[in-house]
Amino acid sequence: MERLKLVLQYFQSNSESISNGICIILALVSVKLYTSFDFNCPCLPQYNKLYSLGVMIVPPIILFFLGVLINRHTGVMMDEWMRPIGNRSKNPAVVKYLFSAMIQRALLAPMVWILVTLLDGKIFICAFSVSVDPALFSGLPNNTGLDVIKIMAKVPCKEDIIFRNSSFRKAVSRYVRCYSQAVGWSILLFLIVLGAIGRLIKPCFDDHATFLQTRYWSNYLDVEQKLFDETCVLHARDFARKCVVQFFEDMREDTVLHLPHPPFIANSREAWEEEEEERLHGISKQDQMDQLLNKWYYSKPELDVTRIAHRPRTCVTWEDRDGKTLYSDV
Amino acid sequence: MDKFRMMFQFLQSNQESFMNGICGIMALASAQMYSAFEFSCPCMPEYNYNYGIGLLILPPIWFFLLGFVLNNNVSVLAEEWKRPTGKRRKDPTILRYMFCSITQRSLIAPAVWVSVTLMDGKSFLCAFSINLDIDRFGNYSLVKGMSETEKIRLLARIPCKDLFENQEIRVAASRYIKCISQACGWMFLLMMTFTAFLIRAIRPCFTQAAFLKTKYWSHYIDIERKMFDDTCKEHAKSFAKVCIQQYFENISGEMHSYHRHHSSGSGSDDEDEDKKKSDEEKLLGIRAQDDMNKVLWNWHTCKPALALRKDNIDEMNGKLNGKANGAANGFVNGHTQEEAKKEWAVYYSKV
Repeated sequence: MERLKLVLQYFQSNSESISNGICIILALVSVKLYTSFDFNCPCLPQYNKLYSLGVMIVPPIILFFLGVLINRHTGVMMDEWMRPIGNRSKNPAVVKYLFSAMIQRALLAPMVWILVTLLDGKIFICAFSVSVDPALFSGLPNNTGLDVIKIMAKVPCKEDIIFRNSSFRKAVSRYVRCYSQAVGWSILLFLIVLGAIGRLIKPCFDDHATFLQTRYWSNYLDVEQKLFDETCVLHARDFARKCVVQFFEDMREDTVLHLPHPPFIANSREAWEEEEEERLHGISKQDQMDQLLNKWYYSKPELDVTRIAHRPRTCVTWEDRDGKTLYSDV
Repeated sequence: MDKFRMMFQFLQSNQESFMNGICGIMALASAQMYSAFEFSCPCMPEYNYNYGIGLLILPPIWFFLLGFVLNNNVSVLAEEWKRPTGKRRKDPTILRYMFCSITQRSLIAPAVWVSVTLMDGKSFLCAFSINLDIDRFGNYSLVKGMSETEKIRLLARIPCKDLFENQEIRVAASRYIKCISQACGWMFLLMMTFTAFLIRAIRPCFTQAAFLKTKYWSHYIDIERKMFDDTCKEHAKSFAKVCIQQYFENISGEMHSYHRHHSSGSGSDDEDEDKKKSDEEKLLGIRAQDDMNKVLWNWHTCKPALALRKDNIDEMNGKLNGKANGAANGFVNGHTQEEAKKEWAVYYSKV
């Protein structure tokens, strides 16, 4: 009973905490991906906004799909949703609970990406530098012959020579980054307040008892699926072993011994000999072995281990010359 | 219970997690190889495109094939495909499932290479610099008065920092192409992830029952193969043990029986006596130098036949035929029986 409890506890903690762990790892991967990505603003008026918004939106979508894929609960939820009713009634609340849990976990990594890009500011600078009014800042380079829009579009690119010896670029960048960080912090604050309010108000609207039930049964479905997979694996192993042993023993021919009448009947073989005997499965000659290996390729046995699973033991009968039975295992 | 769990984890982990681990290692190896590889664009109009695109496409193909080579399941799949039907039906869905799972795992390292190459942008820059419209980067004076070929040759030199004089245009142009390359890279990643999402998350809507069946039987085939190999190894070990034991007994035939006969009468259960007995038994009756030399000589010049016999019961009688192979009193197989029949018959059969 004690061991059973331990095992159950292990399963219980395993299911949820593993999903949480994977979710956090994906968030860390998203941060690492951002830092290792070489952000390369085109610095051309037509493409700046497109590129920046692309980099801000496409990776979160990818991370969301990844989050859904990696989560175990996706499979469990889809199974429960699509299964025929059979002998077990379907509870839509369980499916809803699993779905919301999965979506919440999958949304973490995309949110982390968006927040990191906003707090870093490069993408905002790239997207919105053309929208800044250059009159606010002094030092606009006016000797290059390019129009204002093109100059503003080049602001995100540090190495460009038109901004040499000028603090204009840095001033504009700082200004736009300021906006970007403000937006980032506001979104973070909004999300946290939303989460806090949700947590506080939920008990007023939800029936806690029903919630406990749905949580229990969704965890149960997860554990059940895991156990089913485990049992299938173990069963396949046993099945394979019996099938192979049955195949060996089928190759054993009917054997006949001719022996003088022994003075006494006793099992006088040593333990190790019995063991070896069993392992040989009755195959004790080279031709038999060759035939067996040949047959294993050309004619694999059928997938039926009923005979060995329910086999009778081998019996020995001792008879004298008149056919009278002296001893019989039968 | 704990041991059971650990054993199960090891079994499970051995099969799937091992392959997942190899898959992950190959993906990391592919990223590392890219960063260690020194990309050097030829900067010549005839070779740029081939070099750039070749570097984008050939290493993924190589990684894909390497994935197949490293995957153990490929030989299982091939075996299952080519085997004669025999007594066991062949199920094409199992073959398809195994092939799909092998292919999915092999596709990860190539995908990593392609996405890292596209994000880095050098290969696109090398391949497509000659297709640039240089007018959009300002400074038209550079290409005024140049013939087509000269223009193309100039554009081809853009990927090389030290060959192209005008840094401003070079930086602008490479930034532009890199931008396109990264957009392609993100699109590629989005497509791959979306496809994987469709396959994994939407599949249960269709063939779930059939999927469980094919998953079980393809795993079974893999395990059965391992079990067969294990059983053959065990069998070979026992075969060898008994064969060698019988060889020794054979050579020292009479002496062994003599010793047994003598010591079987003592019947003492003193501990020392027992120990001495087991040591004696281990000697298998070989105590003299000549006997041992004979054993060793015969092992090379005249190895015993690969046919075991059972003559334990005979030894209990203390009688020995004296014939070298002792087949008369032993376990005689149905179709090699030539020895004289003895008095009593004992039947041993599978009932």
